[in-house]
Amino acid sequence: MIPVAFDYLRPASVDEAVAALADGGEDAKVLAGGQSLIPVLRLRLSAPSLLVDLGGVAQLRGVREEGDALSIGAMTTHDEVASSPLVRRHAPLLAAMAATIGDRQVRHRGTLGGSLSHADPAADMPAAAAALEARYVLAGPSGRRVVSAADFAVDLFTTALADDEVLVEIQVPKMDGWGSHYEKFHRMVQAWAIVGVAAMVRRTDGVIESARVTLTNMGPTALRATAVEQALAGCAADRAAIEEACSVAAEGTSPIDDLTASAEYRRHLARVLAGRAVAAAAGV
Amino acid sequence: MTATDEREVGAARRRKEDARLITGRTRWTDNLTVPGLLHMAILRSPFASARIVSVDTSAALSRPNVVAAFSGADVADVQGSLPCAWPVTEDIVHPDRPPLAVDVIRHHGEAVAVVVARDRASAMDALEAIEVDYEPLTPVLDLEEALAEGSTLVHPDKGTNLSYTWVFDSAAAGTGADVGAVDAEVVLERRYVQQRLIPAFMEPRSVIVDPGAGDYTIWSSTQIPHILRVFYALLTGTPEHKIRVIAPDVGGGFGGKLHVTPEELITFMAARRIGRPVKYTETRSETMLAGHHGRDMIQDVRLTARRDGTVTGISVKLIANMGAYLGLVGPGTPILGAFMYNGIYKFAAYRFECTGVFTNTTLTDPYRGAGRPEATYLIERVMDELAVELGLDPIEVRRRNWIKKEEFPFTTVAGLVYDSGDYDAATDKALALLGYDELRKEQELRRASGDPVQLGIGTSTYTEMCGLAPSRILGALRYAAGGWETASVRVLPTGKVEVVTGVSPHGQGHETAWSQIVADELGVAFDDVEVLHGDTRTSHKGLDTYGSRSLAVGGIALVEACRKVRDKARTVAAHMLECSPDDLEFTGGAFRVRGTPDAAKTVADAAFAVFAAHDLPDGIEPTLDADATFDPETFSFPHGTHLCAVEVDTQTGHVAIRKYVAVDDVGKVINPTIVEGQVHGGVAQGIAQALHEEAVYDESGTLVTGSFVEYTPPAAADLPDIVTDRTETPATTHPLGVKGVGEAGTIASTPAVVNAIVDALRPYGVRDVPMPCTPERVWRAIRAVGTETEGGRS
Ligand SMILES: Cc1cc2nc3c(=O)[nH]c(=O)nc-3n(C[C@H](O)[C@H](O)[C@H](O)COP(=O)(O)OP(=O)(O)OC[C@H]3O[C@@H](n4cnc5c(N)ncnc54)[C@H](O)[C@@H]3O)c2cc1C
Repeated sequence: MIPVAFDYLRPASVDEAVAALADGGEDAKVLAGGQSLIPVLRLRLSAPSLLVDLGGVAQLRGVREEGDALSIGAMTTHDEVASSPLVRRHAPLLAAMAATIGDRQVRHRGTLGGSLSHADPAADMPAAAAALEARYVLAGPSGRRVVSAADFAVDLFTTALADDEVLVEIQVPKMDGWGSHYEKFHRMVQAWAIVGVAAMVRRTDGVIESARVTLTNMGPTALRATAVEQALAGCAADRAAIEEACSVAAEGTSPIDDLTASAEYRRHLARVLAGRAVAAAAGV
Repeated sequence: MTATDEREVGAARRRKEDARLITGRTRWTDNLTVPGLLHMAILRSPFASARIVSVDTSAALSRPNVVAAFSGADVADVQGSLPCAWPVTEDIVHPDRPPLAVDVIRHHGEAVAVVVARDRASAMDALEAIEVDYEPLTPVLDLEEALAEGSTLVHPDKGTNLSYTWVFDSAAAGTGADVGAVDAEVVLERRYVQQRLIPAFMEPRSVIVDPGAGDYTIWSSTQIPHILRVFYALLTGTPEHKIRVIAPDVGGGFGGKLHVTPEELITFMAARRIGRPVKYTETRSETMLAGHHGRDMIQDVRLTARRDGTVTGISVKLIANMGAYLGLVGPGTPILGAFMYNGIYKFAAYRFECTGVFTNTTLTDPYRGAGRPEATYLIERVMDELAVELGLDPIEVRRRNWIKKEEFPFTTVAGLVYDSGDYDAATDKALALLGYDELRKEQELRRASGDPVQLGIGTSTYTEMCGLAPSRILGALRYAAGGWETASVRVLPTGKVEVVTGVSPHGQGHETAWSQIVADELGVAFDDVEVLHGDTRTSHKGLDTYGSRSLAVGGIALVEACRKVRDKARTVAAHMLECSPDDLEFTGGAFRVRGTPDAAKTVADAAFAVFAAHDLPDGIEPTLDADATFDPETFSFPHGTHLCAVEVDTQTGHVAIRKYVAVDDVGKVINPTIVEGQVHGGVAQGIAQALHEEAVYDESGTLVTGSFVEYTPPAAADLPDIVTDRTETPATTHPLGVKGVGEAGTIASTPAVVNAIVDALRPYGVRDVPMPCTPERVWRAIRAVGTETEGGRS
């Protein structure tokens, strides 16, 4: 279909973008890669009167090394994240997860910032950010603020971003020394996850010292499987022990029942996939 | 083929049409424009069943750029009813089908009102200003409930949801025994469900109607420009000679454009009312909602056999969902399968019964294979069941029942005469390509070790009927039209050739295959042949493209027309060479005097001589043109063996196709690359039915698979490598030897995949997984072991 008519601005800086949003009020919206927003507009589920396209803000794009962390511009595309040598070296989980998104076209247009801001419960990037304990830099009329992954994700399609704020960059701590893996389960290769499980494991010899496990599409936002993380701490790095620890992966989740899958099946998948993701991350 | 040398036929020519198609130089209907063109948008019902209390289009009229807006009530007197050309029984219940709903809504997405504006966006914007007052009613959606006493009725004035019951009984027809009177040492009863599918052609449907000065030109993304022209004449009262229909480049159809659509009629009405050309191009969501759907039937089968594996009889009962109305050939679609439930086998008795039922859903009509995939699915699934019942290998149980090479021509229990085939050869080749024995060994190992990933092998030994169709048979089946096809060949003065064909390609590559045939028949270069089609002004007659008919029927007409031209060229050449036509042989692209091969004239030489006309033999008209129309005596029967190996992750239910082998016998092959492409595409669509695609309505009758997010055709990454090979048993019933390949892959592949999944899960007691076999369904089938809920009745 065809969206309702809207005005279009393409600012060259974050400040201009924030000003444009403030002027535009509630009816203004940021346009990043358009891979989520344009479908919504085409179906006329939303009809903003102004789109502020961040595509012209060069400073929002790219990956930089900043001490113990990587700083990734919000407008960096999924493809750039997936193929960045810095990301692959210091946060391989993020690169691996970005590479599973949609198809080639989607990865070349869709952005890390767009995915996180859109906050689709089935999106992969929020689970990556949660596992990496990333921090989000937001710019608004009164300056910048930094928000944790946990605080940024509020609810289904809802984040800590105010109407006049722009997500500027995502800071990802370097996770050298951790093993990681993402198990994404989908019906079609290029489709969204029915359930996804991201795992990061640090092990010494035969023991898992510490683990982080996050879930895609098991609730309104990406979830941390804290029960699994606790069970894994100090657990033997062998398949049986890992599977046992992961049997609690569905605890505290609230997956939806829809056309693609029932909640019951999603819970089952979370357990199976968690076992596989952790085993792979632990090199078992 | 009796052309003396075949340089082109059989060659893997690149397709002529592809340069145009892949470089954006195509003429899709939506790309075309004409002076003064207006654009139409359609308001569609959000309800599956409702009474329309009122429609007010006045506010839309005052929106910017809007030229006209009207509803069903505004055109009720003139719009007529959309046609069903295949009323399969004398007493079929055949309700009216208005292009625009007038007072009742019978399915989600039914057209209610339209806006015509100067641009498409304005037309869409203005739809929001149309006010419709609906009184929602309870829809009837379930097939068996629709048939139950006291059910809500889709058409209350008809007093029933039952449209027709059509029966074939081999005892009554004299083609076999009574199904109740044959040996029944083993009896299998099964229920299979063919889910509802949506033809996912690439180019959404689009139509332009230019009313001219009462001489209409219509461009439509259709498979059937000729049939459409006839119906435009019949439905609108416009004289047929004042209507020109053009199907320009058409981006796929799969049966989904074998239709006279409401949208085509509504656009016509808009153009006629306003007196200006109007275009309508649907959105993808509209395709899914209101383009016709396919399949959707419940199949109950009872198979009887002896303990040695000989099947004695098969009895099939279908309940076929017609949707809310009868489509152009909707009632006949399941009947096309009626002659195929016996597959490649020699059964003694056969009974078939199909009941067509109305529900508050989008109507169903042909989708690639039309009737034959359903038949093949059922027989190939149940042959596997028989193998398990008897502890036989599934290939062996088939071998014991299929027609042997030396038994052709063979009259089947359904009354068809299969002219030729070699099922052993195709199967042996497929088994070797798959590595059947090794995979069976691996399967044993995985079973023994309790591997969470189990291996399964599925077989489908199919045949189908192609080349639709002998006109006499169509008449006997109460179809409104015939099944002949036509071709014209004209040799231009410089020796170039124009071919006009009555078929209407929409992606198949006819321009290439036709050129190859003509090149050999007339000894001209491949590039010197131009194939014209799809415009009723150049191609005034034809019956278009569907049912794997283009080559198997249209190709024969083409050969016959070529031969008329060649015969005439021979007479002219003989005159030029001062010899008798009998002294000439046609070889190396020229007529040569036997024994003096240097004395030669080509068809091009004859063409120029005819053009000059200075010195022609007596009684020869100065043209080198010919027409031929061919009406087949019978169908053609391609066959083959498809084998599929799957790995099923029993923990998640995920199915991965490990290897897929397709050995097809499509008779003589004109272009192996095109044949392979058809098989690949067909197999992809068959796999899609087995694993991925399903149109779903919720309990309120809302189509919930309204986009490609929910309705999921596979992409390349979802499909396996497909190993293709062929055997070649030419058709004996016509001069070209071809059998048709357009639907074979779709027909064969679905049961091969599902058989493989069920085979993998046999150790778990699984006997069926409903299609599409999504991971969750596979997982549930495994978990349901030991309960009675899976796998139908036994
Ligand atoms: C066919 C298809 C398949 C897909 N498959 C997957 C998949 O498998 N996994 C997955 O995770 N995703 C998938 N996606 C979604 C894809 O990742 C999108 O790119 C992403 O969700 C949105 O990013 P975008 O840059 O396109 O944002 P847009 O669509 O432009 O914007 C999305 C929303 O975020 C807001 N926004 C964007 N950037 C900012 C910013 N910097 N500051 C403030 N607000 C902002 C916009 O206002 C809008 O509301 C798929 C999309 C498609 C079309």
